[in-house]
Amino acid sequence: MKKLPLSALNTLFAAIAGDRMLYIPADDAAGQGAFTLWKEGMTLSKKGNTNRSAKDLFFPQVENLVSFRTEGKTISIQENREEVAPFAVFGVRACDCRSFDILDRVFLSDPVDTFYQNRRNMGTVISLACSRPEETCFCTAFGIDATDPAGDVTCWMDAENLYWRANTEKGQALTAQLPMLEEGGEEEVSAHQEKTRSILSRLPLAGLDFGFLHDQELMEVFNSPLWDSLSESCLGCGTCTFVCPTCQCYDVEDYDNGREVRRFRCWDSCMYSDFTMMAHGTNRPTQKERFRQRFMHKLVYFPRNNDCLFGCVGCGRCLQKCPIHMNIVKVAKALKEGAK
Amino acid sequence: MRPDPLIPMVGVVTMIRTDTPDVKTFRVTGVDGKKPFLHIPGQCAMLSVPGVGEALFSITSSPTEDYLDFSIKKCGCVTSWLHAMEVGQQITIRGPYGNGFPVDTDFAGKDLLFIAGGIGLAPLHSVIDYCRHYRDRYGKIDIVYGSRSMADLVDFPEITGEWCKEDGINVHLTIDNPEDAWKGHVGFVPNYVKELGFDTGKTVVMCGPPIMIKFTLAGLQELGFRREQVYTTMELRMKCALGKCGRCNIGDKYVCKDGPVFRFDQLDELPDEY
Repeated sequence: MKKLPLSALNTLFAAIAGDRMLYIPADDAAGQGAFTLWKEGMTLSKKGNTNRSAKDLFFPQVENLVSFRTEGKTISIQENREEVAPFAVFGVRACDCRSFDILDRVFLSDPVDTFYQNRRNMGTVISLACSRPEETCFCTAFGIDATDPAGDVTCWMDAENLYWRANTEKGQALTAQLPMLEEGGEEEVSAHQEKTRSILSRLPLAGLDFGFLHDQELMEVFNSPLWDSLSESCLGCGTCTFVCPTCQCYDVEDYDNGREVRRFRCWDSCMYSDFTMMAHGTNRPTQKERFRQRFMHKLVYFPRNNDCLFGCVGCGRCLQKCPIHMNIVKVAKALKEGAK
Repeated sequence: MRPDPLIPMVGVVTMIRTDTPDVKTFRVTGVDGKKPFLHIPGQCAMLSVPGVGEALFSITSSPTEDYLDFSIKKCGCVTSWLHAMEVGQQITIRGPYGNGFPVDTDFAGKDLLFIAGGIGLAPLHSVIDYCRHYRDRYGKIDIVYGSRSMADLVDFPEITGEWCKEDGINVHLTIDNPEDAWKGHVGFVPNYVKELGFDTGKTVVMCGPPIMIKFTLAGLQELGFRREQVYTTMELRMKCALGKCGRCNIGDKYVCKDGPVFRFDQLDELPDEY
């Protein structure tokens, strides 16, 4: 364990940013926390979790895959992918750290998505233990310890110091470059964890149970009559999918700029009516089917294919952002009630 | 750096055959004239026209040929573009995708009954030609193929000129409505299958419009066939074909990697969202 007085935080950031890009949660113009490229003088956001998740840095909302040039009947393929420079992201919460386990299962399983893989290889995750979990937080439901997040490096922060623990080779290599870190801090970290645990145990969503879903038949959950009422007010806006750290559905589209055709991918949403639209129609014709797909995927399909790992990390962003206040917690509670 | 599986290779269209008013068959090779990749009957490939889009198609030709054929119905953006192109046009191709039919395992030594409707013949064509090539590995082959009209039967010359003349292959053609030039059976596929009344020891491979599949499956069960004897191949919208873009799932199975070939007893365990 190492530590650093908060007054030296800027020096630490400057040192990390010396040979890589560094992203930290900073307040944007609207006063919301967002992972932002660090520059001298930037201060760390005092908000809870960031508005958008750390997923953005590894699986950006839009990225070019390849370009094509056509001349007459011939096509040439231009593999002009951007080189990913080394980067670090500071302040990733325990929930977002878990989201990488979920995204890794999708993108790093065979055949490997090399765009995501490159960013995972080049990125160093410096997590930050929670001090003030919010009332929308429910990471504990998925066995996530907000007081001891994963990542290449784990940090804690109290009123005086930042505490630093390297977890991986990548984290150790970074630590070796940071001489300003001093030894010590074990006791302070324990005290900090104790304080946070006490808050976690008193949160309104503490004790939330998703485990019952593992014991239910897929078709039983799928055919639940509750999906009608649960999905009734859904606007199909897709906000939940965009702020979600584990949503990974994407679209691939072409853009012809007159000189070349750029094939890019961008985030897509299962909540949209054209998500599964084919020339002869769609297999999810109403919002009920689309809504059900999102929750079945995270709570039933994904765990079935991934050793019971739920596709949700309890970050609470969808609880905060949904315009009609429908969310995965309400869905899980209703399904549990319905299963009795 | 390793190429990403989303990055296609360039292919050349070396032959275009007009099969019906809205179906053409395209032969695709690499720019070097060689087959772009090896495949199993029932597998698919992503074809794209840069600037128009990319879509998944069944490979119609047998793996025993040194090219890839695709029988494609004109019904959307990409297919309309493909239908308008000329021989020599380059497109992009990546694949193969999906599980394919168990031609060398479950099908080996069996009597096979193929049932197809309209463009549903496309994915079965590869299996049929594979079984014809390795004729001694399979028992009797029956093929029931129906279409709206005589003009809508895909690859009619090959069917009548080759399939019908081979020993051990029985071809049963039908069209929906009578036509002056048509001497064969008239009527829908499900009823025709029941009329023909097959021996229930056969393994069935079926593809066609959903309504045909629904009633033919019911008819087969009336004849005494079990659902685990009947194979079909599915199609849903796909972007990656790698099990990652998240849209072609039926329950916890992805059509692109766990399918497109499923037995009906496997589909029974999944939501009917297809």
